[in-house]
Amino acid sequence: MENSELKVPVMADLQAAGKSPEYLFWVGCAGAYDDRYKKVTQAFAKILLHQNIDFGVLGNEERCTGDPARRAGNEMLFQMMALMNIEVMDSYNVKKIITICPHCYNVFKNEYPELGGNYEVIHHTQFLKGLIDEGKIKVKNNEYITKLITYHDPCYMGRANEDYDSARDVITGLGAKLVEMKRNKASALCCGAGGGQMFKEAEEGKKEVFIERTEEALDTKADLIASSCPFCMVMLTDGLKYKNKEEEIYNYDVAEIVANALGL
Amino acid sequence: MIEQIIFTLAFVFGIGLFIYRLYRIYKYIKIAKPLKLKYRFQRIVRVLKIAVVQSKMFKNPLVGFLHAILFWGFIIVNIEMLEIVVDGIFGTHRSLAFLGDIYPLLISAFEVFALAVVITCVVFLIRRNVIRLKRFWSKEMTTWPRTDANIILLFEIFLMSSILIMNTADGILQSRGHEYFPELGVFLVSSYLQPLFAGMSDSSLIFIERLTWWFHIIGVLVFMNYITFSKHLHMFFSFFNVYYTKFDPLGKIMNMPSITNEVKLMLNPSADVPPPAEEMSQFGAKDAQDLYWKNLLDAFSCTECGRCTSACPANITGKKLSPRKIVMDLRDRVEEIGSKVLKQGKEFNDGKDLLSQISQEELWACTTCNACTEECPVNIDPLAIILELRRFLVLEKGSAPGPLNTMFANIENNGAPWQYSAEDRMLWAENLKKKSS
Repeated sequence: MENSELKVPVMADLQAAGKSPEYLFWVGCAGAYDDRYKKVTQAFAKILLHQNIDFGVLGNEERCTGDPARRAGNEMLFQMMALMNIEVMDSYNVKKIITICPHCYNVFKNEYPELGGNYEVIHHTQFLKGLIDEGKIKVKNNEYITKLITYHDPCYMGRANEDYDSARDVITGLGAKLVEMKRNKASALCCGAGGGQMFKEAEEGKKEVFIERTEEALDTKADLIASSCPFCMVMLTDGLKYKNKEEEIYNYDVAEIVANALGL
Repeated sequence: MIEQIIFTLAFVFGIGLFIYRLYRIYKYIKIAKPLKLKYRFQRIVRVLKIAVVQSKMFKNPLVGFLHAILFWGFIIVNIEMLEIVVDGIFGTHRSLAFLGDIYPLLISAFEVFALAVVITCVVFLIRRNVIRLKRFWSKEMTTWPRTDANIILLFEIFLMSSILIMNTADGILQSRGHEYFPELGVFLVSSYLQPLFAGMSDSSLIFIERLTWWFHIIGVLVFMNYITFSKHLHMFFSFFNVYYTKFDPLGKIMNMPSITNEVKLMLNPSADVPPPAEEMSQFGAKDAQDLYWKNLLDAFSCTECGRCTSACPANITGKKLSPRKIVMDLRDRVEEIGSKVLKQGKEFNDGKDLLSQISQEELWACTTCNACTEECPVNIDPLAIILELRRFLVLEKGSAPGPLNTMFANIENNGAPWQYSAEDRMLWAENLKKKSS
């Protein structure tokens, strides 16, 4: 049983079986397609399964939330995506959404309600914090007790929604020590990918934002860089490569750190 | 009597001009699109916290403290204006002296603040011109914005010094038992300045006292009107700006209901959609009047401190975008077109718009990270302006950078910003093992 294949429940199948899960796990486009972030999706799905959480994913029925389109000015496209997603989610009677992306989190929580989509939206760091607070995470792997971790605030969890603590509480909850970058929490520096930048070349300047931020993370002398956003992860990973540090210091998502601590 | 008439005329004229100019700015702000903001008690709480206590200024406690000296100094020393105005109109001398023993304490308090303001202004002048703090010398801080800042600081130094000098001369005359200068008690700061003028005759001292009195009141009237053309307008407008700040999380972008109806019809032609309430002009903003009035209030509330730009990731890494420049450009544009738009209404067209000042390169450098909005001590939202301009570029001109258009096309066709098929969305879940290998 130890290495048996895990099956991720899909909403359509659940509905066919007459089931309506408590949570929709919103994987997001990066979570589904980005090779690095797929590992985060897997880690978080394993945690959900391990904890026997009643959830489902939309699978092939999931579509972009429209967030990057809206922030790049394409309101028409955003609203099209939003209305279509709301229709799909409402057809499954979704009440609670867990997302592993701060951009999806923000758009569901703050922008879908005006278009008729009202859900309880939970970012995975918040969900994990809940599990830790309830004592449901039994750490098997104590390697983090000796680790020094720095956490990069994603703009859309931090300033945009003023949640600076969930991820940090998870990290310290595993026994790790936190070290802050010079610019942190409300003054945290963006990774450079928001607002559509992820999909284009940066405008001309002296430096790439992700390099500036990676340098700041390296300055902390942390053993690893924690993040909780797919775009930030792409940027920080690129930054570490640029600095030739990718062999020495890793960038892990908070979900991966928890999965690892659980021995998953 | 002549003096009283001159004073009254100058006072009424100065105040009148000031009120007229504020009224004009109010009208200018109203050329923008309407926006209904509900009253909430928390608005008042927030004004007290952010505008009165200036909580956001204390991120840097020393600067917060110095700024608080200027703010409270302004308020407290201006109580003195009450006395000056009464004296000026009725030809009295130190009309508040009836307060008796409290009077010298009151004047002493004014003097302590006046001195503190002078010292603070000198520190600020040094910071701007000698230390040359980076954010006061960046690109948009051209000659005029830098001069404006120096004029304001010098004005305050002169106005405060004139009170101190006036009280010094007055104090000496009091100690000499001059008939028009009854003994009122010790003034805390100016009593130390008396040796400076000790050798002067009574008439010279009276001349100095009168001169500084007039200098102060005329200076205040001129300064008041100057402020309405200057970045210093923040001292009045920031209260309103903080009051009207949105309550939504910073991450929330303003919705465009007009588009919702169109999209609903597109997805379902038989949808029950209410007819557009107002005639549709255009999506997004290309000029000041296409924005919302709160954006314009933002622009008039900006004191060009540059905290937004210092925190902007694009600007830090050398890109052209500077949130402060966006806000400054908007104010300049409103001043430029305000009266013409009021006269010509929708017909107005001068062949230019806000986008002739703000380049696409600036707009496309923004990561929407909200560092600027978070940083602003008076809750200005440069991001809201940037987004409305982006909306115009994309929805009206179709002029997004190529890669963004590709992203749009991908979302439209595949439901993802990258060119992957929806069929592949569950690939991550294949071969998912309990233990990672």
